[in-house]
Amino acid sequence: MIVGSQKPIEEIWNMVKGFKKVLVFGCNTCVAVCHAGGEKEAETIASLIRMRAAQEGHAMEVNHLGVMRHCEPEYLDPVMDEVKKYDLVLSTACGVGVNFLSDRTGNIPVYPGINTSFYGAVEEPGLFKELCAGCGDCILHLTGGICPIARCSKTLMNGPCGGTNNGKCEISKDVDCAWFLIVERMKMLGTLEKLSGILPPRNWSSSRDGGPRRISVEHIRAFEEQEEKKAETAGGKK
Amino acid sequence: MKSGSNLEKVISSGYPAVTAELGPPMSADGHEVRKKAQLLKGFCDAANVTDCQTAVVRISSIAAAAIALQEGLEPVMQMTCRDRNRIAMQADLLGGAALGLKNCLCIAGDHQSFSAAGRLKGHPGAKNVYDVDTCQLVGILKKMRDEGKQEGGDPLEAAPKFFIGASWTPMADPIDFRPINLMKKVNAGADFIQTQGIYDIAGFRAQMARIVNMGLHERTAILGGIIVPKSAMMLKYMDSSVAGVSVPKSLIDRMNKAKESAGDDKKKARELQEQEGVRIAIELIQQVLETPGIKGVHIQAIEWESAIEGIVKAAGLYPRPTFFET
Repeated sequence: MIVGSQKPIEEIWNMVKGFKKVLVFGCNTCVAVCHAGGEKEAETIASLIRMRAAQEGHAMEVNHLGVMRHCEPEYLDPVMDEVKKYDLVLSTACGVGVNFLSDRTGNIPVYPGINTSFYGAVEEPGLFKELCAGCGDCILHLTGGICPIARCSKTLMNGPCGGTNNGKCEISKDVDCAWFLIVERMKMLGTLEKLSGILPPRNWSSSRDGGPRRISVEHIRAFEEQEEKKAETAGGKK
Repeated sequence: MKSGSNLEKVISSGYPAVTAELGPPMSADGHEVRKKAQLLKGFCDAANVTDCQTAVVRISSIAAAAIALQEGLEPVMQMTCRDRNRIAMQADLLGGAALGLKNCLCIAGDHQSFSAAGRLKGHPGAKNVYDVDTCQLVGILKKMRDEGKQEGGDPLEAAPKFFIGASWTPMADPIDFRPINLMKKVNAGADFIQTQGIYDIAGFRAQMARIVNMGLHERTAILGGIIVPKSAMMLKYMDSSVAGVSVPKSLIDRMNKAKESAGDDKKKARELQEQEGVRIAIELIQQVLETPGIKGVHIQAIEWESAIEGIVKAAGLYPRPTFFET
């Protein structure tokens, strides 16, 4: 899932204080799981803004709302009339949600209420950990299911640097050395010899370096097109 | 000869090679580099010119290496994977070769967070690159040199002829993988290897026995790393905090004894510890050179280049071999 964390209230206040009608808009999937931007957190942020506005003597209407996902029209479309009643939307969705919503709100600005951090998992309640970098060319079958792109501080592809200290990364005692984990895991799987080969310089164009990415699922697009045509033909017959 | 560098000639001749280290200054003043080059000249076969070590901004390795060369000291330019993508790397390799540089050490580079670990502000917020890793960079140098091709495949009219080096930390975690790590660098094309500083001779010899079993010592020239200790504090710090370095208690005790024998005289305590440090370095050099599979030593006297002359002489490694131009 996408993991984020709430922006400090001071930063949020500085973003919103010039507006009269503010909607704090939560997203109830990934960022709700990490306690950053679900409808519940949106409600809390809305009340914090109201309190601050009252303290500072700002006349401001602040409400909250939440939908299951900000990143699909299916969930956004039903609430867009409501959303468009505001001067500002403070979205507590991830950056994807903020962008996607912003494309649909015309002259109403959409500001971010959280910092989108990484693709991660719930290590333990309240602790989230980055596990994937979305680089577009997965090699997890070669590295024991542990990603050196996301989890090695230097994205090394061919083994650890000289900075591994008691299994930890040179940047911090709190960060596991990904290559230490990879080697231990592959020893356990009996596949350590796989690491003897050299992975050549990789083609990063599948990653962000190739520019903004899009994926077109052709059979779904073809199916949707067919359905549209069918509907048109049916409509024409009437 | 792959590169015709002095270091390559010494190694090919079978003499134990000696490399040292020249740390460029945090300054635009090239005189500092010239001074350090003069201190090292004649006492090593080549000197590594570090590439923003600990991620601190200094005169670039290539520029400082070119200055060292003007002073008559053969440099080993260093290139980290931290600061350049493959475009900048290859451009700088061509530039380095055009300036007359003949040795290049490929390293991952300390993470940028190191730059603020000490007293400096550094640049911990810098973006790192790591477009390629050390193994891949070694392969790029080899492809440029031996095939006359860029990484992407485009031809080079004149290929850069580098003697290619890589670093190796023999005793860091995961310890069983370290020989494989070395093998990959050798398979990628590393002509010489400089190791992390060694204090634990028994541990080092155990790892070297594995290397000799694998036959890697015949395919690359391994230079054992010697970090000249300056104080008991430095030894304790390296033992507790530097990855892959463990310092036997007996060495720390020796330094402590040197320090304590000066009583309250701080200046004398420093001098006595430095003297003991030099003695320890000389012993380590001899023990490393006696280790099967070793072709030389890489002596680092960090910000203490003046110590090299005495150490090299006392270790019986002076004069250095010279070769007539052919």
